[in-house]
Amino acid sequence: MSFESIYRIAGSAMSAQTVRLNTVASNLANADSAADSPDRVYQARKPVFAAVYNNESLNAGTNFVGARVQLLDVVSSGREPQRRYEPGNPQADRDGYVYYPDINVIEEMTDMMSASRSFETSVEVLNRVKSMQQGLLRLGES
Amino acid sequence: MSIRIDADLGVHVRALELRMQRSEILAANLANEDTPGFQARDIDFAAEMRRLELEDRKSLAGGEAPQLLFRVPAQPSQDGNTVELAVEQAEFSRNAMDFQTSLTFLSMKFRGLKQAIEGR
Repeated sequence: MSFESIYRIAGSAMSAQTVRLNTVASNLANADSAADSPDRVYQARKPVFAAVYNNESLNAGTNFVGARVQLLDVVSSGREPQRRYEPGNPQADRDGYVYYPDINVIEEMTDMMSASRSFETSVEVLNRVKSMQQGLLRLGES
Repeated sequence: MSIRIDADLGVHVRALELRMQRSEILAANLANEDTPGFQARDIDFAAEMRRLELEDRKSLAGGEAPQLLFRVPAQPSQDGNTVELAVEQAEFSRNAMDFQTSLTFLSMKFRGLKQAIEGR
């Protein structure tokens, strides 16, 4: 029980949100990547978060725990690709169809905003905790 | 008559410790803002302070962890997460301010002790 665990919690949240931003960037970048067959289409990726409780405090027999964030997995959305008729496209199949991933750009943008806000929250937590610790270190001076 | 530093610092040491523990809980809530099914926790600060005071008076062995309660969300979300960002942020900064307050009280106590020791 110290400031150290708060740093760890905020750090885990920041790295989780970074992965989330990473997937958003990947999804947005590949929103217009066409493919010549449905199974070769880019699949939108989504991170899965889970709360992980500190093992040491569980072993100590206390119910007092702060939960870190763990990235369980990055899953693909599994949405059906969109089929478009584009005979001029070099990637078109025999019938003139290409396949686009079903990525909702607005959804991804809101996800991005949410991720960056959460990241900023963690930065703010770190700053606050830092000033708390500095205040504690200066205790007894003057 | 001697100066007993422990007794003189009074309740502020306990308050500071509890504030620190609470800031960890609130930091965990903020960190798990996007974790599905995560339930926000908090402690009842007044009740914990009363319990610590009681332990002190009966000179019981302390060190018992504070009791974690669940936050009741104003608007529950679909994925079972009960963290409300604005509420948690407000609580976190209030807790940080209260921490600074306790620190200020403590350093005032120290200053008083120093003056008593130096006899000025």
